[in-house]
Amino acid sequence: MAKTKGRGVLKAVDGVIAITVNINGRDQALKVVSGEYLLDTLRREGYKGVKKGCDNGDCGTCTVLLDGRPVLACMMFAAQAHGRRVLTIEGLGTPDRPHPIQQAFVESGAVQCGFCIPGMVLATKALLDENPDPDEPAARRALDGNLCRCTGYVKQIEAVLLAAKRIKASPGGK
Amino acid sequence: MGVADKRVFTVVNHRVDKIDALALACGTAQFTDDVDIRGLLVGRILFSPYAHARIKSIDTRAAKKVPGVLAVLTHEDLPRVRHTTAGQGYPEPSPYDTLVLSEKARYVGDRIAAVAAETAEAAEEALSKIKVDYEVLPAVFDTMAAMKDGAPVIHDEEDSKNIPDVQHNICAKFDFEVKENEWFSEADIVIDQWYKTQWAQHCALEPHIAITYFDGDGRLVIRTSTQVPFHCRRITARVLQLPLKSIRVIKPRIGGGFGSKQEVLLEPVCAALTLATRRPVKLEFSRKETFISSRTRHPFVLRLKTGAKKDGTITDAHMEVYCDNGAYGAHSLTVMMCSGSHTLPMYQAKNSRFIGRSVYTNLPVGGAYRGFGATQGFFAWESQMDMMAEGLGLDPIEFRRKNYIRSGEGSPVFKAMGEGREGIEQKIGSCGMDACIDKGMEAFGWRERKKRNAKQTGVKRRGLGCACLMQGSGIPEVDMAAASIKMNEDGSFNLHMGATDLGTGSDTVLAQIAAEVLGISVKDIIVLSSDTDLTPFDVGAYASSTTFISGNAVKKAALHAREQILKVAARILDEDPEDVDLKDGKAVGKSGRSCSLSEVANTAFYYHDQHQIMGVASHTATSSPPPFAAHFTEVEVDTETGQVEVLSYVSTVDCGTAINPTLAEGQNDGAVLNGLSYALTEEMRFNAAGAMVNSSFRNYKIYSAGDAPPFQTILIPTYEPDGPFGAKSVSEIGINGPQPAIANAIYDAVGVRLFAPPFTPEKVLAALQATKKKRVPTSGR
Repeated sequence: MAKTKGRGVLKAVDGVIAITVNINGRDQALKVVSGEYLLDTLRREGYKGVKKGCDNGDCGTCTVLLDGRPVLACMMFAAQAHGRRVLTIEGLGTPDRPHPIQQAFVESGAVQCGFCIPGMVLATKALLDENPDPDEPAARRALDGNLCRCTGYVKQIEAVLLAAKRIKASPGGK
Repeated sequence: MGVADKRVFTVVNHRVDKIDALALACGTAQFTDDVDIRGLLVGRILFSPYAHARIKSIDTRAAKKVPGVLAVLTHEDLPRVRHTTAGQGYPEPSPYDTLVLSEKARYVGDRIAAVAAETAEAAEEALSKIKVDYEVLPAVFDTMAAMKDGAPVIHDEEDSKNIPDVQHNICAKFDFEVKENEWFSEADIVIDQWYKTQWAQHCALEPHIAITYFDGDGRLVIRTSTQVPFHCRRITARVLQLPLKSIRVIKPRIGGGFGSKQEVLLEPVCAALTLATRRPVKLEFSRKETFISSRTRHPFVLRLKTGAKKDGTITDAHMEVYCDNGAYGAHSLTVMMCSGSHTLPMYQAKNSRFIGRSVYTNLPVGGAYRGFGATQGFFAWESQMDMMAEGLGLDPIEFRRKNYIRSGEGSPVFKAMGEGREGIEQKIGSCGMDACIDKGMEAFGWRERKKRNAKQTGVKRRGLGCACLMQGSGIPEVDMAAASIKMNEDGSFNLHMGATDLGTGSDTVLAQIAAEVLGISVKDIIVLSSDTDLTPFDVGAYASSTTFISGNAVKKAALHAREQILKVAARILDEDPEDVDLKDGKAVGKSGRSCSLSEVANTAFYYHDQHQIMGVASHTATSSPPPFAAHFTEVEVDTETGQVEVLSYVSTVDCGTAINPTLAEGQNDGAVLNGLSYALTEEMRFNAAGAMVNSSFRNYKIYSAGDAPPFQTILIPTYEPDGPFGAKSVSEIGINGPQPAIANAIYDAVGVRLFAPPFTPEKVLAALQATKKKRVPTSGR
C-alpha cells in the first residue's frame, strides 16, 4: 500500500511506462503504453467485468472506483491510476461470497442482460459508502451515469435501496 | 389433472432468481469478448463515405504493406453470394440483395473492405491506405420519392433476387382486402390521416461483436453476440461457401439485442478474415458503427382511413404503409406486414384493407426491432382511435372496449397476413383486455385525474392519454424449437436448448418450466444455450417466441424425461408408474414411500435395464396467441417552451401465466422505457449527404435513470390454453404504447395532435403556434 502515496514522476521508455496500481487490494506492477486507457489495461489484465459499451464516456459500463470514487475507465489513461487504488467488480464480491449490493441486485430482479450491472453495482457502492441511507431520488441520481436498455431502472433503484437496508442492518454496517 | 395441465405451481409463476444473475452481478459471466485467445487479430471494416456510389476500383496494395497487416479483403476476394443478413427461418422472406463486402456503396456506412492486423493501430492505418475510386451517384433519402419514376435505382445489379420492383426501389409489397360492404357506406364518420415515424437504433449496451477461430480439428468456431445461432451458421456457411458441418456457432452471454442481433452482420466478415489469415480474429462495432452500420427501426409513412358508426362500431379500416428499409431489404416484407397483422385484428372492422410497400433509400438499413412493425402500426392506430372517439363524441376508452377482439373470436387478417407469407386461422384463446383496462385505470387513477384536469389555467397544462395493444407469440407453423434434458447421477439435469437467452432471462424461465414438470428446483438444472454443436435446433430469440414456443418444447422434453423417471421409480417403489409423482426432488408413491432422484438415476445407470434417462422434444405452434396491454399516461405540456413531461405512466399486460413475474415485469418495464424515449427524444438524424449526425449516446438520447418518469407495470394473469402452463409472450408489446398514449395525452392537454414523433419541444411549440394562428385572425398584422 506504500505506493498509493508519493506517486512520483512517470517516464516512458520506448513508449512504455511502468506503473504500480493497487487493484482490488493488491499492488500490481504493470507496463502500459503511453496513451493507453485504463479500460484496456484492466481488461487485458483479466478484469473482464469492466465492460466497454461506448468507449466514449457516455454509457458508464466501464465504471470502476478510483480511491473510492466512481470513474469511467475509458476516459482516463492507465498511467493516471499509478499509485492509486482501483476497485473493479471482481474485487467487490464473488459468486461464492457476493457483496450485499450484488446480492440485492440479484434478488430485486435488477439484472437482465447484465452488461451494465458491474458499473451499476460499483456506482451503488460509491453511493452507499458516502450516504448509507439514500432515498429514492438519491439512488436514482447515483445510477444516472449508467445506461441500461433492458430494465427501465425500476428494479435497479429497488436494488440500491434494498442493499442500503441490508448493509445498515448488518453488524458493522458494512 | 395431469402435470401437463396443472394450474397450481411450485416453480412456475414464482419469483425465482434469474439463474445467471449472480455471475453477471459479480462480473464473472462471460460475454463474447470476455475470453483471452492467443494470437487474436483485430478486424476492422472500411465503410462507405458516400450514400450512393459505384466502385470503379479498389487498390489494396499499400494497405497490405502496412507492418502487422495480415489480410485486406474486398468483394473481389469473396464468393459473390447474394443473401439477406436477416436471421429468419429458411427460406428467408427478405430479398437476397446483399454481399458480405459490397460491390457498390448504397449508404454512408456500407461495408466496402475488411482488414485483419496484429494491432488496432495497424488495422486503422491499413484502412486509411485502401484506395477506393468512387463514382458518386445521385442518392435518394425520402421514402416516397424513392418510389417515383426516375428516382435513382439503388439495386441495379442483376444478381439480386426477390426484389418486386427494382426500378421503383420497392423491396417488398403486400396487399390484402376483405370487404363485406361498399367501402365507407356504413360509416357515419370517416377520418383520413397520414402518420410518419422516425429512425431509431436498438442501443443494446454490448455492441455487436464476433470472434472466429479454427479449433484443433480445423473447424471454424464463431463465438458471437447473436440472437440466432442456427441461422448464423446457415447463412455464414452459404455466403462463404463452406460446408455447414465445418462451422460451430457458440452464443455466450449476450448484452442485449432487441432485434439488432437477429442479423448476421459481423460473422461472415470475421470468418472470412480467419479463413484468409488462418488466425483467430475479433471484429466488433464501435458505438458509432453500431448506430450507423448495424440495423435500425424502419421508419414508416402510414395512412389510416377509417370509418365508424355513431354507436361506436368501426366499419372500415384502410391502412397504407410505406416502410423505409434503407439500403438493403432486411426484414422488409415481415416488418411491413406486422404493422398490419398485429393491429388490424385488434378492432374488428368489416371492411379491412392493407396496402404495404417497403422501399429502398440510401440510408442505414432497417432490421428487426422489438415491436417489429406493430410499434409503427399502433402509433397510427391508437392515435386514430382517439380521433374517431372524439369525432363520435364517445369516451376513448369505452370506444376501444366496444371494438377490441374477444376470446373465441377470429379475424380474417390472421389467415391472410402471416409473417412474410399467408398466416393461419386462429381464434383468440385468452384475452385479459377488459381487466387490463379496468385495473390499469384504477391504478392510474384515470377518473380522478380527469376530474382534476377539468379546469386548468396557466402556462403548463396537463392531459391524459391511453393506448390498447396486442402482439403475437412466435410465428405459427414457421418457428421451431427443440430441447433435450438429460439426467445425472445426483438428480440434477442438463437442459440443452437452441433457445437464445440474450439477456431476457429465457434460460431461467425455461428452467422453471422443466423444474415444474420434474418436481425439482431450478438449482438442479444446468442450462446450456446455445451452441450449434451441442444444443438442439431453435430458430432463435425473436418474434416474442421463446417462452411460448421454446417453452412448449422444454415442457415436452421434460415430460418425456419424467415418463422415464416414473418407470424406474415405480420399479424401486414397487408401484405402478401412474401412481408415482415427482415432488421436492423425490419420486413419491401412492403408499407414501419415496426415493430420491439420485437413486432413480443410479438405478438407471448401473442396476436395472441400464439406460440414460433423457427427454427430447420439438415444438412448432399452430397459433400465435396475442398478449394484450393497456397503457395510461398523464403529461404536462409547457405551452411556452413546448416541453412535454411525463408525470405518470401505468401499463398493464396480459401475458397469460407469467412464468417468472419478476422477469416479466422487467421485460415490460424495459420495453416501456424504450418506448418512452422513442416517443420523446430518440431519432437518428442525417445530413444532406445521408450521413448520420448523432451517432453517440451523447447526441442520440436514450433515457437514463434520471430521465425516466415514474412508471409502473401491472401483470394481468390469464391462462393461455396453447401456452406452456398458460404462458404467452411479454417482451415486445410494451414498446408499442408510449408513442400513441403520449400523443393522445398531449392532445388532451393542449389540443394539438402530433403525427410525427419524437414529440420534441420544437415540434410541440410549432404545432401550438400553428393552432394559435388558425384561431386568431392574423389580418392586420
